[in-house]
Amino acid sequence: MTAAPARRPDRSTASWRLSDRLGLGLAWLLGLLFCAIAAAIVIYFLVEGIRYLRPNLLVTNPAAASSESQSGGFLDPLLGTLIVGAMAMAIAVPVGIGIAVWLSEFGRPTGLARVAESSIEMLAGEPSVVLALFGTILFTAPALGFLSQTTHGVVLGQSFFATAALLSLVGLPLVVASTREGLQAIPSHVREASYAVGKTKIATTRRVLLPAARPSVVTGTMLGLGRVISDTAIVLLLLGGTLTFSTANSTPVLGLLRGTGDTLTGYIYYNAPTGDGNQPSKAYAATFVLLLMVLALNLGVDFVLSRSRKAVTWR
Amino acid sequence: MRKPPPVRRLTGNEGYAPRVEVAPPPSEVSARTAGQNGNGHRPSSAFAAPSSRTTRGTSIAIERMQVEELSVTYGSKPAVKSVSLPIRQGEVLALIGPSGCGKTTLLRSLNRLTELTRGASASGRITLDGVDIASMEPTALRRRVTMVFQQPNPFPMSVFDNVAYVLREQASRRPRRAAVRGAVHEALARAGLLDEVADNLGHPALRLSGGQQQRLCIARALAAYPEVLLLDEPCSALDPQSTRLIEELITKLREDVAVVIVTHNLQQAYRIADYVAFMYLGELVEYGSAQKMFGAPRQSRTREYVSGAFG
Repeated sequence: MTAAPARRPDRSTASWRLSDRLGLGLAWLLGLLFCAIAAAIVIYFLVEGIRYLRPNLLVTNPAAASSESQSGGFLDPLLGTLIVGAMAMAIAVPVGIGIAVWLSEFGRPTGLARVAESSIEMLAGEPSVVLALFGTILFTAPALGFLSQTTHGVVLGQSFFATAALLSLVGLPLVVASTREGLQAIPSHVREASYAVGKTKIATTRRVLLPAARPSVVTGTMLGLGRVISDTAIVLLLLGGTLTFSTANSTPVLGLLRGTGDTLTGYIYYNAPTGDGNQPSKAYAATFVLLLMVLALNLGVDFVLSRSRKAVTWR
Repeated sequence: MRKPPPVRRLTGNEGYAPRVEVAPPPSEVSARTAGQNGNGHRPSSAFAAPSSRTTRGTSIAIERMQVEELSVTYGSKPAVKSVSLPIRQGEVLALIGPSGCGKTTLLRSLNRLTELTRGASASGRITLDGVDIASMEPTALRRRVTMVFQQPNPFPMSVFDNVAYVLREQASRRPRRAAVRGAVHEALARAGLLDEVADNLGHPALRLSGGQQQRLCIARALAAYPEVLLLDEPCSALDPQSTRLIEELITKLREDVAVVIVTHNLQQAYRIADYVAFMYLGELVEYGSAQKMFGAPRQSRTREYVSGAFG
């Protein structure tokens, strides 16, 4: 007797019930629709952006003018995005790692840990304009006047410091969630192996757990940065949306950080066809740059994740 | 080369004593279970040839730890019930018994790892070189009573750093590499791994094979010259060849460290143990020399277990 050739599993849906076939069709339709929408947004702005993007837009500052040829580029907003992103993540990453370590490795007192956990989840769901409004109340307080400018005894409350502080809250939940996930993926016997050679929890966390969770920390940081540089409400309310930097005083760095400015999102908001500036070509060009940054971060996340999936690890 | 300090912190009543072949007197154990008298039965057939054992112990044994009336409960569930036994350098002690019998809990009590489990509480006394371990700093105790786990778990760093990490103070990066190189090489050599990794000390430890990883874990556990080495089913995730290497290593190591091994594998216990403790439902049913336990166990439970009647 010869062995029968291996039969391929029957993939046809001919035998399915009508409702199942309709469901499958709907799944396909929606799946393709979402791909199409995402592709349309990206492709539209890539095409439009490339059409309007000129190298000199990246090195000239915005100027108040009604004609597109005289309204300049977006050097300051671009720098503003970079400064704000770096400052916000400089706060969010260490704090986020600390919270994640506490939640994952200590988690005591249990009640407090649970409250902290849901607070962070709430923070992640908070509309950023609410955070921005809270920030304006906070940073106009006289005690925090040193972080922005004060004119005639009134604290302005708008500065890079204020913006970064509130934007760090936008990035924080992503750093916490990702780091925590990475820590919890480490088998408990790895921790115990470190305790079992006489190491404390803190030494174990620093030398064994955090290095093992590094891909997750990097992923969370990039996702958080993507959210931070895409935010608009906080920038408009707390950074001023002044198109160019307006320094608080002549002190080199502090003067800039205490002053107001803008980011790409604020610039796009201003120059959108329905915005005050109404210079769509500038808005498209700036969108193109912002989109490239966010796409690069997303690709970076995919790269880190695929590498860490391939990395050798414990069973 | 650092000289291994084989004997440390000896107290008065310890020292070199002739090795006894009969079971030492954990008399309360045998008294408790004396109802089921199994004396005089034929040796169990599975292990009828003690002469084939090639790992007869050394001629001296130094008592390192003493477990006295240890009971451990998780919440309200008892895991170990009033167990007493000695742990000696120069011998390999195997803890055997079916799953959930408390042998791993007993092992983890020896370096107070049980304390990390929420809800665990213990009573009784365990001494290390005459000192109650409850009075020690857990980190100090765990440097002297180290442990190797079922799954190989090298730390996510280089082979060298895995061992150096143990030699350094907590999270410190000092002493520097050059200062610990000798000790790292020595630990790797004692674990029989040095020849295989000497050229690749900077490679990530997680890239080693499973058997090499487990020997690295043993090197790591040996690096600070502990008095007692605890092994929790160290070969159950390994292939036969790696298992053989580790078993040979264990029988060599017992000279300068007291070895306690938990194993599910009766053949393994038979191959490497000098003393065997059989646990069942949290109780120490019988403790005695390997020859006696596999040849002529006194308790019927032990006899049934080592002959494969249950498990």
